[in-house]
Amino acid sequence: MELTRRQTLIAGIGAAAAMVLPIRAFAQDAPMVGELAEFTGGAEPGTGDITLTAPEIAENGNTVPIEVSAPGAAEIRVYALGNPVPGVAAFTFGPLAASQAASTRIRLATTQEVLAVAKLQDGSFIADRKEVKVTIGGCGG
Amino acid sequence: MISRRDFLQAAMATSAIYGASGFGNWGRLAAQQVLTQDQLLEFETFGNVSLIHLTDIHAQLVPIYFREPEINIGVGANKGEVPHITGADFRRLYGIEDGSPSHYALTYDDFAALGKTYGRMGGLDRIATVVKAIRAARPDALLLDGGDTWHGSYGCYHTAGQDVVNAMSLLKPDAMTFHWEFTLGTERLLELVGQVPFASLGQNIFDAEWDEPAEAFKPYEWFEAGGQKIAVIGQAFPYMPIANPGWMFPEYSFGIREETMQETVDTVRGEGADLVVLLSHNGFDVDKQMAGRVTGIDVILSGHTHDALPEPYVVGDTIIIATGSNGKFVSRVDLDVRDGKMMGFRHKLIPIFSDVIEPDAEMAAQVAADREPYKAELEEVLGTADGLLYRRGNFNGTWDDLICDALLEERDAEIALSPGVRWGPSILPGQPITREDVWNVTSMTYPNAYRTEMSGEFLKIVMEDVADNIFNPNPYYQQGGDMVRVGGMGYRIELSKPQGQRISDMTLLKTGEAIDPARNYVVAGWASVNEGTEGPPIWDVVEAWLKRNGTVTVGQNTSVEVIE
Repeated sequence: MELTRRQTLIAGIGAAAAMVLPIRAFAQDAPMVGELAEFTGGAEPGTGDITLTAPEIAENGNTVPIEVSAPGAAEIRVYALGNPVPGVAAFTFGPLAASQAASTRIRLATTQEVLAVAKLQDGSFIADRKEVKVTIGGCGG
Repeated sequence: MISRRDFLQAAMATSAIYGASGFGNWGRLAAQQVLTQDQLLEFETFGNVSLIHLTDIHAQLVPIYFREPEINIGVGANKGEVPHITGADFRRLYGIEDGSPSHYALTYDDFAALGKTYGRMGGLDRIATVVKAIRAARPDALLLDGGDTWHGSYGCYHTAGQDVVNAMSLLKPDAMTFHWEFTLGTERLLELVGQVPFASLGQNIFDAEWDEPAEAFKPYEWFEAGGQKIAVIGQAFPYMPIANPGWMFPEYSFGIREETMQETVDTVRGEGADLVVLLSHNGFDVDKQMAGRVTGIDVILSGHTHDALPEPYVVGDTIIIATGSNGKFVSRVDLDVRDGKMMGFRHKLIPIFSDVIEPDAEMAAQVAADREPYKAELEEVLGTADGLLYRRGNFNGTWDDLICDALLEERDAEIALSPGVRWGPSILPGQPITREDVWNVTSMTYPNAYRTEMSGEFLKIVMEDVADNIFNPNPYYQQGGDMVRVGGMGYRIELSKPQGQRISDMTLLKTGEAIDPARNYVVAGWASVNEGTEGPPIWDVVEAWLKRNGTVTVGQNTSVEVIE
């Protein structure tokens, strides 16, 4: 998994190449397997109109602001793949919701990928993700 | 990397042309024989808009020597690309003659000999002369300050930025963005921002509590020049609370915020901007990546990583300008803007040769007045440099080797850590080291030199963490400094490996033994981002060491093995 993430990162420099890797890469890892399967019923999330916004490097790993938006979603779940318990947030949107977007703060134990999965009205799933680095601090120029 | 033989040949060539010389007026005369102020300022005014860029002067108000890096390695897509080309390769790329003024100004090799020939560079009074000359040719030229301005000297520290603000207020920039200014602390920063007669910008400066744009800093400002509507967007250093002590400005959050950058560009385009300029403190590789991903920016004025490039770097329809640091350069960019589009540009990186450019009297008087109260302290000689003292380089510099030696001895430590910052002028061989010189390479608001114990395992984690901040292949995950400088310990680094696997062969130099992950080592360092760090300020440590040693010799540092 480590290797895959690294390759993704390198590929991701140019464009949205990060989106084309199947989510399966993460789902192989316990305890993600169970958590994601519980939400998607085993279905493989595709790509689509979902945007996860998170800082590239967290200013404070204990409280990382994230925002997720997926127009037309019935439910969005957010997973921190490197946390002991990956599931960190679940948002459900009623039929009268003005927009299907939410923002919150999450805690990240270490540098890791954050994954957002949306369940659309038709029952299909789409996902977006972002690597968030948690660092002990360095020295700027 | 230059071999010793190459170095000797270059040195001899220079001696043959200019002869040997000590300090004194000879160097000044030589520079004046080669260059004139008119030559340096020569520029055929072009188009209808002029931008003047100044960045990262780090409070260097008087002329200095500043050696550019020999080792500045690019990773990922930036491997072997500008600005990661140095020395002779840089000169070949830009057609710069060996031994020429541009060789001295832009590359590292033979610095001591050329420094004696061409003299110091920079000085805000000389910069004022250049800015006034450009404004004479184009009265509505925009002067934009990329930040790292109110930090980095004895005077700046003791006046909490006031001496630089006084001088810059005379220079009258139109807008500014920020980095080290935040380490003055929120209260003082806001006081100065309220004082200055120009726009303080940062589209990525957010209120930490609400994650909304901060009130005191506008994302962009409108200007009119050459009959064109110009939007200048600011971008502060994205990783301030990580690379610098966030507890000094807890109200603010930063980040790259590419999404809001695109929204801001779209907004100003929608409101009829003819020209969109990004005044950036991202660092060059981040700006390069941003230029390829955010659409609609015409010009990026790039700061933070201290790169000086004699030509704009072009990414799609965006040009990126890199103006160097420490007052060595001013960039002039003339643009032809028509029908809401940038149709063409003309650019010059103007080197500020202090012996050639006439000081502006008004600015010289201002700078002198602010130096006057500290004159005796500034000028006190603490020691003499036997060899060249410089800082720039990915892994070490002789200034930092000296600081690490001082930490090891004065703080009785086994291992010393010194931050990989890129500011701090150089000292030529034989030049006396004054208190001002020591402060130029150490001045900051969190200077305490700690003495603590760290396990071998933790030291490795620290080294891996810092290495990834510099050598992560994705520029958006880089922070822009150099590798932490290490005294008393050697190591091997493989740049292309992922975090956790780059550092190996950590060795305690004193005994030659491998670092034991389980053993604790006494470590001295400075510039910790942690609140409540205890110890004497680093400048006192270095001063005490210099006074004990007198003439200082710094040997060649071979303790870091680099695998690209």
